Amino acid sequence: MAPSNAEPTTDRLQGLIDDHLTLEGPLLPILHAMQAEFGHVPQAAVPMLADALNISKAEVHGVVSFYHDFREVPAGRHVVKICRAEACKSVGADGLAEATLARLGVEWHGTTKNGAITIEPVYCLGLCACGPAAMVDGKVIGRVDEARMARILEEAGA
Amino acid sequence: MKIYVPADSAAKALGADDVARAIIDEAARRGQEITLVRNGSRGMIWLEPLVEVETASGRTAFGPVTPKDAAALLDGTLAGLGPVESIPFFARQNRLTFARCGLIDPLSLADYEAHGGLSGLRRALAMDSAGIVQEVTNSGLRGRGGAGFPTGIKWDTVRKAQADRKYIVCNADEGDSGTFADRMIMEGDPFTLIEGMVIAGLGTGATKGFVYIRSEYPDAISVMQQAVSVARDQGLLGASVLGSGKAFDLEVRVGAGAYVCGEETSLLNSLEGKRGIVRAKPPLPALEGLFGKPTVVNNVLSLATIPVIFERGAAHYAGFGLGRSKGTMPIQIAGNVKRGGLFETAFGIPLGELVNDIAGGTATGRPVKAVQVGGPLGAYMPVSKFDTPFGYEEFDGQGGLIGHAGIVVFDDMTDMLGMARFAMEFCAVESCGKCTPCRIGAVRGVETIDRIGRGDAAAIPVLTDLCETMKDGSLCALGGFTPFPVMSALTHFPDDFARHKEAAE
Ligand SMILES: Cc1cc2nc3c(=O)[nH]c(=O)nc-3n(C[C@H](O)[C@H](O)[C@H](O)COP(=O)(O)O)c2cc1C
Ligand code: SF4
Repeated sequence: MAPSNAEPTTDRLQGLIDDHLTLEGPLLPILHAMQAEFGHVPQAAVPMLADALNISKAEVHGVVSFYHDFREVPAGRHVVKICRAEACKSVGADGLAEATLARLGVEWHGTTKNGAITIEPVYCLGLCACGPAAMVDGKVIGRVDEARMARILEEAGA
Repeated sequence: MKIYVPADSAAKALGADDVARAIIDEAARRGQEITLVRNGSRGMIWLEPLVEVETASGRTAFGPVTPKDAAALLDGTLAGLGPVESIPFFARQNRLTFARCGLIDPLSLADYEAHGGLSGLRRALAMDSAGIVQEVTNSGLRGRGGAGFPTGIKWDTVRKAQADRKYIVCNADEGDSGTFADRMIMEGDPFTLIEGMVIAGLGTGATKGFVYIRSEYPDAISVMQQAVSVARDQGLLGASVLGSGKAFDLEVRVGAGAYVCGEETSLLNSLEGKRGIVRAKPPLPALEGLFGKPTVVNNVLSLATIPVIFERGAAHYAGFGLGRSKGTMPIQIAGNVKRGGLFETAFGIPLGELVNDIAGGTATGRPVKAVQVGGPLGAYMPVSKFDTPFGYEEFDGQGGLIGHAGIVVFDDMTDMLGMARFAMEFCAVESCGKCTPCRIGAVRGVETIDRIGRGDAAAIPVLTDLCETMKDGSLCALGGFTPFPVMSALTHFPDDFARHKEAAE
């Protein structure tokens, strides 16, 4: 699910906040909603969230930065996650990851120069009997080898 | 003709969506009438996409199926595997928790009921709360999330607590590598989990539940959300559960990529919208949990096993197992194996039988070197411990743990120093930061293992000391158990920690 490139307006941010305020513990659902729409949690949302939830801006920032999922800047147009965990390591995930990073000339969390792909590590996708596993924009892929990865990257416009 | 093509994410990862599309297209081309059901997985991942065709004589399995097989499948000329139940990997199981997974349409409540669903809940609705909790206690069920705490005792604490509001929280954070049973049951039989949570609510007096699912599981999230809405529409959830006048509702919540949020108190903080920092215990979540209210936190499998306990009776469930490990365990066989997947069996099966017989050894065909049991905080078991029976106390006695029952197999090409380093690195990345031995210790651990890797043997006792400090000085099992994989690697595979020295000399 690639997020749209919509510019976060104050109205829209407030709308997303208001949509969730009746929930018990609304902060994570709001952050997920913002990230789904804008591809990141916009800076401008921090004071608005602090205000709406009656917590400090530092607390909001603390939450956003604690969780690996939330980004403070948008990712590339496609996000490719490669599993680094033990079950995938047992079937060659390290080699796949190294080759992929080398091919794209990026480090973990890096984005290709053309902005097409961000590569992220993930620790388990629950595909431990068909590794090495990867996820492209929320879509799962099993038994990924270098050839398969090359096709994935090509399709994503690397 | 009724055709089943799994929508389980492992099946999808191996091409099930393309297979489903090819079958639909081919049937349309021929003008042939078919019903295509997207079921859960039967758990034999090496055969996925595993397609089943239902005819008058029963269901026949085919697999792995590719889109090219669609025509032969419809012609009836594709070579099959016979009924799923006759495939040895499946035939050897005792499926209680997973009885319906892969058999039914996951989102059809009618299908669910036709296969025994809701009969446990109907029985529970006729009992009082003390009776419900007693039944769970009698079953001997222990928490399947890792710690193995008796579920009935936890429920009783919540039942007895006085409060205006209580919660049932389902821990679906399933972060352990090598585990996927929670995902499979949420995708393949979500009503089982919902029914289990409703029974937990009736037993403890809680009226609200949350299922906290990790964000790495988008398919499971989607199926659970749909199942909750079907359950609400059909009166399984809401103000009057199945017309009983008793209320219970639940919400699906999504994690945000923090492994530590599988720890129950960290999870509660996360649900409350805070950083996922581990809380000190006491107070127990059972007394002061979510928003300070009495809360049951249970793993998906613990809750999903409740319906069958009520359907068949506690004694039936407790009749399976070994010693204090009662019932069955959905064991997840993963990593470098010929036949990986979900194998539900009574406790007591020796580790070696799982690895050699059931899984058929390694996929690479090379000798097994080590098996990590219980996720990233579990020990690496060497082949010399293969006679250890699968049970909580039995693994503990061998310096290991069963955790959430994932087993990850490694062949003889594996560098155990590298695996120990990874364990420390993972702890450093995922630490919640509350305790120094975990936060700083894990970083030092990586550095120390790198020193050993460069041939500095004097760093070995430093690593041992560091592991002791982490074990003793950590608030939760992330810092406290990371020494298990590290020290087991060092103890059982010392050559991998010395080889580097020779190379350096
Ligand atoms: C770092 C860490 C991660 C954990 N991850 C999970 C998890 O993903 N799922 C789970 O059910 N329990 C996990 N646990 C165990 C929970 O803290 C808790 O014991 C469990 O949810 C209780 O449910 P149960 O009694 O049904 O097992 C984890 C514990 C720790 C220390
Ligand atoms: S051991 Fe680590 S993860 Fe656990 S509470 Fe301490 S710092 Fe947090």
